[in-house]
Amino acid sequence: MKLQSRHLLGLEGVRKEDITLILDTAVSFKEVLERPIKKVPPLQGKTIVNLFFESSTRTRISFELAERRLSADVVNFAAQGSSVSKGETLKDTARNIEAMKIDMVVIRHASSGAPHFLTRVVKANVINAGDGAHEHPTQALLDMMTLREKYGKLEGLRVCIVGDITHSRVARSNIYGLKTMGAEVSVCGPATLIPKNIEELGVRVYHKLEDVVTQVDALNVLRIQLERQKSGLFPSLREYHRFFGVTKEKVDKASKPITIMHPGPINRDVELSADLADGPHSVILEQVTNGEAVRMAVLYLLGTSN
Amino acid sequence: MMKTQVLDADGLRRTVNRLSHELVEKNKGVQDVVLVGIRTRGEYLAHRIAKKLEEIENMKVKVGVLDITLYRDDLRGRLEQPQLKSSEILFDIRGKVVVLIDDVFFTGRTIRSALNALMDLGRPAMIQLLVLVDRGHRELPIKADFVGKNVPTSRGQEVKVEMTEADEEDAVYLIENDEKEKK
Repeated sequence: MKLQSRHLLGLEGVRKEDITLILDTAVSFKEVLERPIKKVPPLQGKTIVNLFFESSTRTRISFELAERRLSADVVNFAAQGSSVSKGETLKDTARNIEAMKIDMVVIRHASSGAPHFLTRVVKANVINAGDGAHEHPTQALLDMMTLREKYGKLEGLRVCIVGDITHSRVARSNIYGLKTMGAEVSVCGPATLIPKNIEELGVRVYHKLEDVVTQVDALNVLRIQLERQKSGLFPSLREYHRFFGVTKEKVDKASKPITIMHPGPINRDVELSADLADGPHSVILEQVTNGEAVRMAVLYLLGTSN
Repeated sequence: MMKTQVLDADGLRRTVNRLSHELVEKNKGVQDVVLVGIRTRGEYLAHRIAKKLEEIENMKVKVGVLDITLYRDDLRGRLEQPQLKSSEILFDIRGKVVVLIDDVFFTGRTIRSALNALMDLGRPAMIQLLVLVDRGHRELPIKADFVGKNVPTSRGQEVKVEMTEADEEDAVYLIENDEKEKK
C-alpha cells in the first residue's frame, strides 16, 4: 500500500485507491488522538518545515500538531519578518531551507502553483496547504473523512458547496476529491462568484439555496471573504446573507436533516447562521479533529514511503 | 516449497489450554490480568485464551488489540508500506498485569515495538509475554514468559500459524522456502 505520488499537491488526478488509503489511515490516527499519550514515533528523525507565506491559524496549528505527534522535528516559517520581506525569491528561500537538510515541506502560498514549483527546485516531499485559488487538498480530505464517518460511504452522497466558488481552493479540491469518490457534487452561489464552465467538472450549478436544500445530504458552506464585496462581486453582506446565507429557515424546507460543514473561520450570521453552526447537524468541530488525523495520515504515508 | 505440520487442530487447542492454565498459575488467578494481542493472529489467540480463562477461573478477562505498525524499526526501509490499522485497547492498562500475546516469536523486534506502543498507553504493573511458537533467532534481549511450542528453525524457513478466524484450519506449519525464493 503506497501512494502514487511522493507529494500531495492537489486532489486533481489523484486515484480513488490513494484517497481511500489516506482516509483509512486517518481513521487509525484518530484513535491515536484519543490516547492519553498522543504521540507515536514513525517520523522520528525527519525534519519538516512549514512554509506559510499567507496567514493561517488553524491549518498551520493542525499541521504542526500532526507533525509533532508523529515525532518529527518541526520548523516554522512565516513570511512576515523573514528574508521574503527583504525581497528573496521563493526559489532561493526554498533552496536555502533545503540546504539545512529538510525532509518535508508544507507550503501555503497566495500564488496558485507555488507548491508545484517547489517540487522542481527541492528534493523534499511537498505538501500543499493551500495555493492561491487553486487547491487545498488536506481540507477536502478532512471534509471527505467527516462525511464518510457520518454516512459510511461517499459514493452517491449529494454534497453542495455554497458560497464564493471562484476564489475557493477548498471548493476546487472538494470537487475533484468527491467526484473521484463517486459523490454527486453541486455548487450554489451568486453568478458573479461561480466560475464559467464549472459544469465541465461534472457539477450542477444552483443560484437559489431553496432549490438545493431538497436535493442534498450535506452543505459545505464556504467563508465569504469580506474583501470580495469591495470589488463589487456582491452588493452587501446583508444582501448576501439574505440570498445565500444558510439559515435554519431555509434548511428546514428539506425533508430530512442536512449536515452542515464549514472550513472556518466562520462569519457568524453572514454565510451561516449561528444556530445552525452550533446545531445538532453541524460537524464543524468534527472537521477540525479529523483535519489533524488526515494530516497525520498524509505526513505518515509520504514520510515513510522512501 | 516444503510444508511440515508442527501442530494440528487438536494440538493447537491443547497448547492454548495449557498456556491458559500456566497463565492462571503464574498470576495466582486472573484478578488484575488483561490480554493484549498483536494484530492479527495474536488477536485471535488472545480471544481464545480469554475464553479458556473464563472457563477455568469463571471470570471475564479484558482483551485488547495492538497494532504496532507505527512503532516498527523497519518502517522506512520497506518497499511495501504496511497498512496502518487501529489499536483497540478500550480499557486502562495502568496498574494491570498485561499479557502480551503473539503467534510467532522470532527476532524479538515485533515485541520491542509492542512494548514501546504499550508504554505509550500507560504504565502497567507488569508485562508478560505469551507466544504460541518460539522459533529462535533472537536479535534483542527479550524472553517469553509462556511458550506454546519451541520449534527449532533455520533463518530461511518460515513458521505459519493458521487459525480458523482467518484461515481454513487450525494448524501450525514449518515452511521450507526454495533456495531461489530466499531473500
